[in-house]
Amino acid sequence: MKKINAKNVNVSYGSKQALFDINIDIEQNEVTALIGPSGCGKSTFLRCLNRMNDVIDICKVTGEIFINDFNILDKKCDVVRLREKIGMVFQKPNPFPKTIYENIAYGPTIHGMTQSKEEMDEIVELSLKKAALWNEVKDRLHEVGTGLSGGQQQRLCIARAISVSPEVILMDEPCSALDPIATAQIEELIDELKNEHTIIIVTHSMAQAARVSQNTGFFHLGNLIEFGSTDKIFKNPENQKTQDYITGRFG
Amino acid sequence: MTRKEIFLQKRYNSEKRFKLYGKLAISFALIFLCIFLYKIFSTGFSAFQKTLIKVDVTYNSELLFLDENPSLDDIKNADYYDLALETMANLDLNADEDQQNELKRMVSYIFDTEIKNHLLKNPDLLGKTSSVLLTASDDLDQIFKGNYPRDIPEDLRRVSDYQLTVYDKLIKDEKIISKFNFSFFTRADSREAELAGIASAVVGSFFTILVCLFISFPVAVLAAIYLEEFAPKNKITDFIEVNINNLAAVPSIVFGLLGLGILLAVFHLPRSTSLVGGITLSLMTLPTIIIAARASLKAVPPSIREAALAMGASRMQTTMHHTVPLSMPGTLSGTIIGLAQALGETAPLILIGMVAFINTIPMSPMDPSASLPVQVYLWAESAERGFVEKVSACIMVLLGFLILMNLLAQIVRHKFETKWS
Repeated sequence: MKKINAKNVNVSYGSKQALFDINIDIEQNEVTALIGPSGCGKSTFLRCLNRMNDVIDICKVTGEIFINDFNILDKKCDVVRLREKIGMVFQKPNPFPKTIYENIAYGPTIHGMTQSKEEMDEIVELSLKKAALWNEVKDRLHEVGTGLSGGQQQRLCIARAISVSPEVILMDEPCSALDPIATAQIEELIDELKNEHTIIIVTHSMAQAARVSQNTGFFHLGNLIEFGSTDKIFKNPENQKTQDYITGRFG
Repeated sequence: MTRKEIFLQKRYNSEKRFKLYGKLAISFALIFLCIFLYKIFSTGFSAFQKTLIKVDVTYNSELLFLDENPSLDDIKNADYYDLALETMANLDLNADEDQQNELKRMVSYIFDTEIKNHLLKNPDLLGKTSSVLLTASDDLDQIFKGNYPRDIPEDLRRVSDYQLTVYDKLIKDEKIISKFNFSFFTRADSREAELAGIASAVVGSFFTILVCLFISFPVAVLAAIYLEEFAPKNKITDFIEVNINNLAAVPSIVFGLLGLGILLAVFHLPRSTSLVGGITLSLMTLPTIIIAARASLKAVPPSIREAALAMGASRMQTTMHHTVPLSMPGTLSGTIIGLAQALGETAPLILIGMVAFINTIPMSPMDPSASLPVQVYLWAESAERGFVEKVSACIMVLLGFLILMNLLAQIVRHKFETKWS
């Protein structure tokens, strides 16, 4: 089942066009990886999906992106509601410099999702369990989140993202600042999270894309060169450029 | 040596020279600071000591024109001047009228009040004799402290030969004592150096800084938040930014003229008050706080804003829940530095009339008052020898407050600021 459907998405920063006519269909409850060399526009596309590009004054997005058949690029779309449904995890772990508990409770609080402290405790515990962090931090929920290790911080950010039960989770190179062990933990987590959420992950590591995703899109110079099942892209790509990239001839 | 070795040697030498220059520069600055502090402390220290003359007062009801059993009110309202004169004359029973006059001038002009207050503390002393401590005149005070030469011709000094003989006799009888000068901190300004204190200036400065804080802090923080977080980046905001930076460089006297021309001339706010002083100084502090607040807002990493926005927080929530609290330590320390600057500012206050001679302690920002730096200026202008040490003492107090505020700014910054890895 299709969750996200992008049609003719063009993005430009001032006079520089960053994305050209992107058309893509993203399946529900699957992991979609976006790969490509630096500056190819994969992160830009990801940030279109929760309208994070809005904060950049000179950034202009045209086209249509349907999520649940609703065009999120429409002026009527409320970004606050949108971002409640579309969570995001960033390249560098960015927990708030507050306690672990407060980090997770922030989303549910601003969206008024709970009525009592018990409900909130439950959400915090559940989110941390889903992010496979509960056992490590359950005794120090009221210590600052920035005191955790890099991998734990990133899982805290994932827990924060899933605390508001988003339908889609966007991940922008979530492992690029982490060591291999932490990376493996996050990848395992992604595999589990896809049962409840649709996941789109931007990654520099082709091995990671091959490991975690069911579908892969290859971006190059602002164009979506090829999109298809991960198996097909890695074993039998149609486009020569894709072939060159995944075999490491450029990028 | 090969060419390469010579080259390397040269490089080491120039590095050594550079370090030496740096050390020289620092020692140069330190020496000046030490001379400056030494001068102020050595001059000002004696102002914290007060010279008193111990005299025997016989509380004679007749001289006070009191009935047989006076009430406390009668004692309070009695005229002590004759009694005080008599007391001073008793220091030398052979003195003629001129000499009695000179004896009177050896103590401050509030000697009758001091005698009265002593009696009010112990009303039973009426009709008895008790020793009372009277504040010595500033000239005698300076001679006692050794700040004033006595081996010069009589017509060149302010203390007569006769007064000196009496003084020497008092010294011999151990009637002249030195005590910590509490009244320097509790009394307002006075024309008499021995009575002048900094209370009016301290309270005035406090009210001024308070008014300045309450006006400049909210305005500056709101302006900084709007400019940094909400305003579109375009020519107008660029223009505003340039002007804020220019405002920080405007000479303070210009703000004084503005206060004079607008606050006093147009709005007719009360002259010489800390209210007007505070408003004028807040104009000066505004750009400092805005710049500090913007810098600390800029120092909050964008990833925190992104994190909050991605959680579905509105721009307002992102700013108020995350960016502003995280920027507060920097903003606050900038504010304290700005206020410390304002505390030491003199020129604008002179223009709005805070230079007036105020011998009362202000009770509110609406009362005429002095301020610490202006008090320094006023005393430095005075001719009397006794004010020289007061100037330095006042500078010491001002420096103390400034160091305290800068220390506070450092503590706020280092203790509460979030460190970003």
